[in-house]
Amino acid sequence: MLTISNLQASIGSKEILKGINLEVKPGEVHAIMGPNGSGKSTLASVLAGREDYDVTGGSVLFEGKDLLEMAPENRAAEGIFLAFQYPVEIPGVSTTNFLKTAMNEIRKYRGQDPLDAVQFLKLMKEKMKLVNIDQSLLSRSLNEGFSGGEKKRNEIFQMAMLEPKLAILDETDSGLDIDALRIVAEGVNQLRSPERATIVVTHYQRLLDYIVPDYVHVLYKGRIVKSGPKELAFELEEKGYDWIKAEVETV
Amino acid sequence: MNNQPHNDLKSRLLADFRTSEERMNGASKSALHQIRREALNQFDRLGFPTVKHEEWKYTNVNSLIKEVFEFNAPSAITLEDLAQLESSQLNGNVLYFVNGQYQPQLSKIVSPADQLSITTLAEAVKNTPDLLNQYFAKYADFQDNAFTALNTAFASEGVVIHVPAHTTVEAPTILRFISDARQMNVASQPRNLFIVDQNAEVKVAESFRTLGDQASFTNVVTEIVVAEDARMEYYKIQNESDMAYHIGTTQVYQQDRSHFYSATVTLDGGFIRNNLNIALDGSNCEAHMYGLYFPNGRQHIDNHTLVDHRKPNSHSNELYKGILEDRSTGVFNGKIFVRQDAQKTNAYQSCKNVVLSNDATMNTKPQLEIFADDVKCSHGTTTGKLNEEALFYLQSRGIPKTEAQSLLMFAFAEDVIKKIKIDPLREQLERRIQAKLAR
Ligand SMILES: Nc1ncnc2c1ncn2[C@@H]1O[C@H](COP(=O)(O)OP(=O)(O)OP(=O)(O)O)[C@@H](O)[C@H]1O
Ligand SMILES: [Mg+2]
Repeated sequence: MLTISNLQASIGSKEILKGINLEVKPGEVHAIMGPNGSGKSTLASVLAGREDYDVTGGSVLFEGKDLLEMAPENRAAEGIFLAFQYPVEIPGVSTTNFLKTAMNEIRKYRGQDPLDAVQFLKLMKEKMKLVNIDQSLLSRSLNEGFSGGEKKRNEIFQMAMLEPKLAILDETDSGLDIDALRIVAEGVNQLRSPERATIVVTHYQRLLDYIVPDYVHVLYKGRIVKSGPKELAFELEEKGYDWIKAEVETV
Repeated sequence: MNNQPHNDLKSRLLADFRTSEERMNGASKSALHQIRREALNQFDRLGFPTVKHEEWKYTNVNSLIKEVFEFNAPSAITLEDLAQLESSQLNGNVLYFVNGQYQPQLSKIVSPADQLSITTLAEAVKNTPDLLNQYFAKYADFQDNAFTALNTAFASEGVVIHVPAHTTVEAPTILRFISDARQMNVASQPRNLFIVDQNAEVKVAESFRTLGDQASFTNVVTEIVVAEDARMEYYKIQNESDMAYHIGTTQVYQQDRSHFYSATVTLDGGFIRNNLNIALDGSNCEAHMYGLYFPNGRQHIDNHTLVDHRKPNSHSNELYKGILEDRSTGVFNGKIFVRQDAQKTNAYQSCKNVVLSNDATMNTKPQLEIFADDVKCSHGTTTGKLNEEALFYLQSRGIPKTEAQSLLMFAFAEDVIKKIKIDPLREQLERRIQAKLAR
């Protein structure tokens, strides 16, 4: 589904991703962990198409198509969704108000008829229940004055609405209370299917109790330096990153 | 005398004045005409402002005064011509002026005369001279402003509205000023006077439009008196052509406990200068000023506002927003005076701009002059580019870049547009903004 080969990206003269290789197959959940500043959000942003980063080498194929050639909106239409680590505040634009435009643009791209107001509302009601989010929050200016948890929940709500093939969750668990964490995980698990895949960026093993990964990768200094089964997350939780850093330095 | 070409318009106007005076016979002795003559002399002394004048630093009237205009040109405007302007359909009083001349056949007045007196200035001169003597040219200063002096000197057409005390007028009134520039360069100088008496309430909008692509020049002055406990909503809407010059002054005089609520929306127009001056000459008054300007191409839009807090316990609140495209320029100059007597004044001012092109320029100048010690004042201006992060966020949800940009800019503009309380007017503006954003 997603094939990242030797991906390198920098911002200005600063090299951030130094050759990432990752293969994600349909149905899989991959967790990416790693110390602060190692490049996790950068990887997520590059996949979603943020223009601030210069891709200086490597390639990314999504279902056989060159992802890096596509505008962000087309990546979304192809089925990629990024739940932002820091969702931006947009005054005057409510979730309901842009999401309908977004869904219908995506449907247009796919050659589907637009949803009418009734169909859209029905879908919204359904998904609102799923992530336990209030209508009033969705009618407010996006993220303006939202609590940390509300912002994250809103990201998951959007994901539930858009039903992406590949969801990338960038620290969606941070700032969530236990109940919210469970709700977010449920939202993700509801989407799990043999055709869909998820990349979860997290610092905490806790989330992985709810969203059980097939693989865990450690990103350090712009490279994936270790990959393993879900047990790797426990090891990291217990021992921290020093042993991995040491391994890397000795190589 | 210097013989620079920009004196041409001036000398033509001076000559026009004398010719018209000669034709007036007895009327030239009227009190009103004495004011006109005084204003003309003042215009003669002041001349057109140059960029050396502090108030005109960023707004150069040079190209305006090089043009030759036909003042009060005849126009054979038809209903079909009007239809192409796609104006909002308002249930209220609608008065049309074309090239400065009243068009009774296009206008309708629905409010009963005992609720609202609406007449043209020409009628008021004949029928209610006392009212004019009491209010006309008592507020809009022509000593320092050449354009106001010029308008006063030639004041002959416009609208006089008088709302009697304790009357709430539900139906809105819209004054539509159309420059018919299909055949030639045209000019007009509308002069309006609105008097909202004690505890009365009224909504008035002024709309400015152009037909055709010759040059047009509108030099409008509106004087507004909001008496004790009275409330007024005032909207100025400009959708003029790229060849339109517009200089306008709205002078507001507020008495105790009065409310004045305004929005000035400029979506198009070649060269525009709006002055909105509010004298809060009463305590416990409120003045709200909203503004939106959206120039593109080489359009120039200048908004000067002045709030003069003369008495204690009043509140003024101002929010102006600008979206600038292409090579356009914008100016915002907001003055707040708080005089020594005006203790417990609350005055807020904010001006926010988004500059969408590297070639567009925005000049902002907030000026606070505070002579009282117990006041709450704040002001802030911001000028920036489109929020790239917000743009990316929307794109990442599947919305193409141009649409995402429109969505963001519409939300930015809507902050001001939603303040317009006449629904058909607001909805029409929303459609125009959407259309301009989609271009
Ligand atoms: N716009 C930018 N300008 C300059 N440096 C940047 C920019 N974006 C990211 N960086 C740098 O790139 C590095 C990787 O950042 P990134 O946000 O990808 O880390 P991360 O792994 O997501 O960290 P965290 O766990 O703290 O979220 C950091 O050193 C960061 O300062
Ligand atoms: Mg991060």
